[in-house]
Amino acid sequence: MYKEYSIIICSGTSCQKGVPGELTEIARQVLLKHGLDQKTKISLSGCLGMCSKGPVMIINPGYTIYGKVDAGNIGKIIENHIVHKKEVTEHVIHEDHLFNRFYSIFGDMDFFGKQMRIALRNCGIIDPDDIDDYLSVRGYEALARVLTDYTPAQVIEQVKLSGLRGRGGAGFPTGIKWELTAREKEPVKYVICNADEGDPGAFMDRSAVEGDPHTIIEGMIIGGYAVGAKNGIVYIRAEYPLAIKRLERAIASARKEGLLGDNILDTQFCFDIEIRLGAGAFVCGEETALIQSIEGFRGMPRPRPPYPSVKGLFGKPTLINNVETWANIPVIILDGAEWFSSIGTEKSKGTKVFALAGSIKNTGLIEVPMGTTLREIIFDVGGGIPEGRKFKAVQTGGPSGGCLVESDLDTRIDYESLAAAGSMMGSGGMIVLDEGACMVNIARYFLEFAQNESCGKCTPCREGTKRMLEILTRITEGNGMDGDIEKLERLGRMIQKASLCGLGQSAPNPVLSTIAKFRSEYEEHVIDRKCRAAVCTRMLTYEINGKCVGCTACVKVCPTRAVSGVKMNVHVIDQSKCIKCGACYEVCKFKAISKQ
Amino acid sequence: MDNMIPIKVNGKEYRVKSGQTVMHALDGLGYKIPRLCYHPKLSIEGACRVCIVEIKGLKNYAASCSYPVSANMEITTNSRELRQARRDIVELILDNHPQDCHTCDRDGICELQRLAYAMGIRKRYFEGERKQYAIDTSSASVVRDPNKCVLCGRCVRLCSEIQKVNALGYAHRGFKTVVMPAFNKPFSESVCTTCGQCINVCPTAAFVEKNNTRELFEMLDDPDTVKIAQVAPSVRAAIGESFNLEPGHAMHSEIVASLKKLGFDYVFDTQFSADLTIMEEASEFLERLEGNGPLPMITSCSSAWMKYVEQFYPEFIPNISSCKSPMSMMGTLVKTYFAEKLKVKPANILSAAFMCCTAKKYEAARPELAVNGSRSVDIVLTTRELAWMIKSAGIDFLNAKGEDFDAPLGLSSGAGTIFGATGGVMEAAIRTAYFLYSGETLLDIELNELRGLKGIKESRIKIHDKEIRVAVAHGLGNSSDLLETVKKDPGRYHFIEIMGCPGGCIGGGGQPYATANSIPLDEDCLLKRAEALYGLDRKKTIRRSHDNPDIQRIYKEYLGRPLSKLSHQLLHTHYKEKTPHGIIWKGAVE
Amino acid sequence: MITEKDKKSALLEFIDNYREKDNFESYLIAVLHRVQEVNGYVDEASMDLIAHAMGIPTARIYGVATFYHFFNLKPVGKYIISVCMGTACFVKGANAIADKIKEILNIETGETTKDGLFTLQEARCLGACGQAPVLMINNKIHGRMTPKKTADMIKKIKRNALKQKVQGQR
Repeated sequence: MYKEYSIIICSGTSCQKGVPGELTEIARQVLLKHGLDQKTKISLSGCLGMCSKGPVMIINPGYTIYGKVDAGNIGKIIENHIVHKKEVTEHVIHEDHLFNRFYSIFGDMDFFGKQMRIALRNCGIIDPDDIDDYLSVRGYEALARVLTDYTPAQVIEQVKLSGLRGRGGAGFPTGIKWELTAREKEPVKYVICNADEGDPGAFMDRSAVEGDPHTIIEGMIIGGYAVGAKNGIVYIRAEYPLAIKRLERAIASARKEGLLGDNILDTQFCFDIEIRLGAGAFVCGEETALIQSIEGFRGMPRPRPPYPSVKGLFGKPTLINNVETWANIPVIILDGAEWFSSIGTEKSKGTKVFALAGSIKNTGLIEVPMGTTLREIIFDVGGGIPEGRKFKAVQTGGPSGGCLVESDLDTRIDYESLAAAGSMMGSGGMIVLDEGACMVNIARYFLEFAQNESCGKCTPCREGTKRMLEILTRITEGNGMDGDIEKLERLGRMIQKASLCGLGQSAPNPVLSTIAKFRSEYEEHVIDRKCRAAVCTRMLTYEINGKCVGCTACVKVCPTRAVSGVKMNVHVIDQSKCIKCGACYEVCKFKAISKQ
Repeated sequence: MDNMIPIKVNGKEYRVKSGQTVMHALDGLGYKIPRLCYHPKLSIEGACRVCIVEIKGLKNYAASCSYPVSANMEITTNSRELRQARRDIVELILDNHPQDCHTCDRDGICELQRLAYAMGIRKRYFEGERKQYAIDTSSASVVRDPNKCVLCGRCVRLCSEIQKVNALGYAHRGFKTVVMPAFNKPFSESVCTTCGQCINVCPTAAFVEKNNTRELFEMLDDPDTVKIAQVAPSVRAAIGESFNLEPGHAMHSEIVASLKKLGFDYVFDTQFSADLTIMEEASEFLERLEGNGPLPMITSCSSAWMKYVEQFYPEFIPNISSCKSPMSMMGTLVKTYFAEKLKVKPANILSAAFMCCTAKKYEAARPELAVNGSRSVDIVLTTRELAWMIKSAGIDFLNAKGEDFDAPLGLSSGAGTIFGATGGVMEAAIRTAYFLYSGETLLDIELNELRGLKGIKESRIKIHDKEIRVAVAHGLGNSSDLLETVKKDPGRYHFIEIMGCPGGCIGGGGQPYATANSIPLDEDCLLKRAEALYGLDRKKTIRRSHDNPDIQRIYKEYLGRPLSKLSHQLLHTHYKEKTPHGIIWKGAVE
Repeated sequence: MITEKDKKSALLEFIDNYREKDNFESYLIAVLHRVQEVNGYVDEASMDLIAHAMGIPTARIYGVATFYHFFNLKPVGKYIISVCMGTACFVKGANAIADKIKEILNIETGETTKDGLFTLQEARCLGACGQAPVLMINNKIHGRMTPKKTADMIKKIKRNALKQKVQGQR
C-alpha cells in the first residue's frame, strides 16, 4: 500500500540507547492521534553513522534529518513536520547530509562528500527487517546471477579480479582465500562470517549487520557456491543482541523466500546459515580461535599451518571472512570486478569502513575509498578536532595498530602505506588524539586491553604482555626505571615475532609505535617524572593558587587531610600527604587548584 | 608423501623426508631444538614457543613442533636474535615461578631448570608479579601446586588423551589461567584416579606425590612396633635410576639391605602376594568359566584402574575379580597370619609398602580394605620417596650388601615378578590357570603376544578342548577403548588384564623422574624396566605361582585352599559405583 | 512456582533440541548461554548436568565457562552496571566513573554488593561511542556520564529499591 509519509528512525545502539522501540512507539501514538497511522510508514534503519548527533530520525517528504531526538520531543517534531508541514529547525542536522553513488536521492551533503558507501550502501536506507526493502535495492540479484550464469570458478575469478582484500585486518587477498578453500576435495566444507568484532572503539560490523543483514547473507551464499560449501555460520558477539535478532529474522525470511535452504532459486544449489554466539573473548576474532569456539572449546588459537582452508571447522576446509568483506561481495558481482577495482589504490581496492572516535567533531561510522588520506578523513569527513585543540596523533587498527602523527597525515589509507608508516589497517578503529592525550597512557591502555584478552596459551603473550604492562604502569605512576624503555622494546619485539597468534603478535604494536614516535615523552616520564599532558595523575602536583576564596570544599573532600587552611583564607596542600586523587580539583568551583 | 626433499639448516644442505614437522626433521639431523610443551605421545600444542626457529620467508618465528617441513626450506636454529628470544621466553616462564629450586621436590630433575641453564639465564630482567594460589593437598596421592605450573598443558593432554580421565582442565584465561579440576574442587573430590601420570609428565613440580617420608621416619622411631616392609616388583626395576644408573637394573637385594638399615625388622616381597593373587584369581576365573559369575573377568590389582571403573564403568563392576591387590593381600597377611605367628597384636605392627604407584596411597586408605577395623597397609611410599629416604638416611645404596627377602612371605616365583609389566598378570595367571584346569604344566610359558607396549594386546590360549580368549590393556585410555569393544561384543573375551598406567606398574606414577637424556613416558625406558623383570623371571627356577613352596605352605598352614572361606574373608573384596564431579555418563540421561 | 526439577528438565529439553545435529558437542556454548539467560549465572549444578547430558567432561565445561567473560559464575545483582571501557569512553574518563562506583558500592569489578542489588562489570566497547562515556544498567545505555551523574543514578535506584521493599513488607 502506498504510504504518503515515511519516518526512519536510526536504530543503531548509540541512538536507541539499548531501548529499541521506545521512540517508535511514541511516533506511532502521535500518528494515531492525528489519524495518520495508515498513511505513514515507520521503519527502523541501521546505524546512520551520525552517533554524535543521535538519536537521529529522517522524515519524508523533505528528507529532513533530525538530530538529538528523544522521547520528550519526538512527538512535537512529527506533529510539526507532518501535520503542520513545518520543519523544527533547531533539531535539523544541516551539515550532515547523505550522498553517494547509490542513493543520490538524499541530495548533496558535506559529511558524506568524501565518502563512498559500498559495504554500508544500504545501512540507514532500508528497513533491515524487511526483505522486500532489500530486494527493492537489487538485493539477491547478484546471487541470482551467480547461480544461473556463473560457474564457481568464474565467481572466484571475479573476486580475484576485484582485488578485494580481507577487511578484518590482515588484508589477505579474498579471492585467493576462496580459491584455496575451493581447491580442497572434501564433500563437507564451511563458510563462516566473522562478526566477533571486538576492537575497543570499533563498531563497523555491528552496524553493518544491524543495518543490512541480507547483504551479508547474500555474500555468504555466493561464497558457499564458489567454494562448494553447504553450511554457513555467522559467529557473532553475544553482546550485540539487536544485530543477532535482525540477523535471525533476515535468515528466516530468506529461507521463506527460497534464498536459503535446499534448491536455492530452484537451482541444484543448497546452502543454509546458522548463528553461533561468542561469549566475550576478543581473541575469538582470530580465525583458529574462532573455530575452537564454534566447536565448543575455549577460544585458544591453534598453530597454523594447517590453515582453515585445508583443515578448519570440525577438521573440514573452511572459508572465513569478516562482515565487511562479505558485504562487498554482492556489489562486486553486480557492478563488476572491473568497476570495483577502479576504486582505491594499486594494491588496495574498494572502500574501507572506519569508526571515528576520540577527539573529533563527527564521531561515527564512515566509509571512504582506499587511498583517501588521513588528513581528509580527520579534517574533512571528521570535521577536525573540536574546541580548537591541536591534533596530536591518530591511532588506527585498535589494540593491534599503532599511532600516526602530524607528519603522517598525508598517508593514503591502504594496507601497505599504513604498515609502512608504522601502523596497520586493522578492522577499522580510528581514534583521534589531541594534545591533551598522554601517549604512554594510551599505549598502556591498549596493552592492558590486549593483556586482558590474552587467551593464556602461549608464553610470550601471556607472560610477556604482563611484564610490559607492569613496566608501563610503573612508568605512568612515576616509578619508571632506567632501562625500562629498552626492556619494553626488547620484550615487544620478541612478543611480535614469537607469539602463537595475531593477537599476541600485534599486542606490542601500540607500545612500540608510540615509543618510536614519542620517545621523548616516555623519557620525560622515566627521567623527569613528568607527564606533559597532565594525564598520569600519580605524577602530578596539585597546588592551590591565588584564586582560592577559602570555601573549605577541598578540605572536606580530601581523603587524607592533606588540605588545610582557615576559612575565607587561601588553603594549602601538604604534598607529603597528597595521594593525587584529584578530589579537590574536581570539587573546586573557583579554578583555584592547579595540577601540573 | 614420504619422498625426500632438500632443506637448508644454518646454511648446510640436507635431504629429509617430507610430511614431518621441522622439529622431527631437525631431530633426525642431529639438532635438538630446546622444547617444553612438546611431548611425542601427546597432541601438538605449540604453546610454550621455546622451540621456535627462523624460517626464511616468514615474518615471524615458527614453532618447530608444529610447522611442517617443506622443500627448499631454509631454517636457522641458532642466530643471536633467536637465542635471545628463546632465552627471554624461558625467563618469562621462570619469572612467574617460585624461586625455590634448592628446596624443591624435583631435586634438580626439572626440565625448566635445565632449560634455564641451557638458555643461559644468569640474571633476571623482567621480574614482576608472580601467581599465588593455594596448594591442594586434599588427595591421598597427588599434590597440586599451581604456583609451579608453567602451563605447558602436558598434564591436561595426558589426562584427557592417554588416560581419558579428564580430571584436569584449563580454567580462566590469560595470565590467570590455571590448570585445575572442575570447579576448582579439591582433588580428592574430583574424578582424578590418582594414577599420578601428571607427576611423571610435568616438567616441574606442579604435581608431586603426597610425601609420607617424614611420617614413616617417625613411625620407624616407635620402639614398640614390629616394622614390616613390602616391596613391589617394579620398584626394583627402576630405583637404580634415582642413583644415576641406566634403566633396567634389578636392585632387589640393595633395596632389602637398605630397608633393613632404615630400621625394618622384616622385608617381605609383594611378589609373594602376587603369587597368592594368581592362585586366587586363576581359581576365580576357572569358577567363572564354569558358569559361576560373569565373563569376561577383569583384573583388579591396579588401584587407579579400580577408581576409574567405579566412576566411569560401574556396569563392569560385576566383571571385576574380587581379589584384593597384591599389596593389600600382603598387608592383610602381615596383620593376621604373620601377626599370629609372631604373637604380636596387629596394632603393634607397622605395615609399610614401597610401591611404584601413587594410587596405592589411595587404595591403602580405602575403608573396605580394612582388616578388623584397621588399615592393612599403614603407609605407602613411592619409589622416589624410598630413594630419598635412603639418601637422607645416609645409606650407600649402590654398595649396600645383598640381602634376601624374609620368610615366610618373601619367596616368589617368576610369575609374581612379571606382574610389574603390562601383560604380566595375564601371563602369570595363565601359567597357573593352565595347571589348575588341566592338571598339566604349561611348558612354553613366555607369552610374547602379551608382552610389549602395544596399547591393547590379544591372545588365544588353548587348554585342552578349551580356547581362552584374553586381552590386555595398559593406560586408562586404552582400557576404556577395550571396554567399549567389550560392550559391543560381550562374548569376545574370557579374561582381561588392565593396568592403569602406560607400560603397567613399571610406568607407575611413583617411579623416578625422567633424567636429562630421557623424556617422561619414554618407551625405551619402560621396555628396559620391563626387561629387568623378565630377566629375573628367566633366572628363576620356580616360574609358576602354584610351584612356589611358600605359597603351598600358607595354603596348607592357614588359608586351606584358594577361594576358601578364610581366603574370601581376607583376600577378597568388592567395589561400589562412585560419582564425583566430572563424571560423564556415556549412556542416556535419566 | 518453578522448582529445581522443572529447571533441570527444561535444560535437558533445551539440550535435546541439538541432539540430532552434527557435532552435537559443539553446542556447549549455546547451552551455557541458555543457562545464564534462565538463571542469571552459570551454576555448578547445571554444568554437572550438561556434562552428563552432552558427554563432555566437567573440567572442560568449567574451562569454557571461565574462559569467556560473558559468563557469570556467581549470582549477579538485580542491577548489572557495565561501565564501557572502549577507547572513546576511556579517553573521556570511564575510569573515574568506574572508580566512583567502586567507591560508592564498595565492590570491585566483577563483584556483587552484599544486598544483591548491584553487580559491577567492565564492558568492551558498547558501540555507543558518540555518547561517551557510557555505562549500561540492565541493558539500558546511559550516555555522557560523569562521576556525579553516576552517583545520583545509583542513589535513585537504591531509593526505589528501598521503597519497593517497604511497600512489599506492608
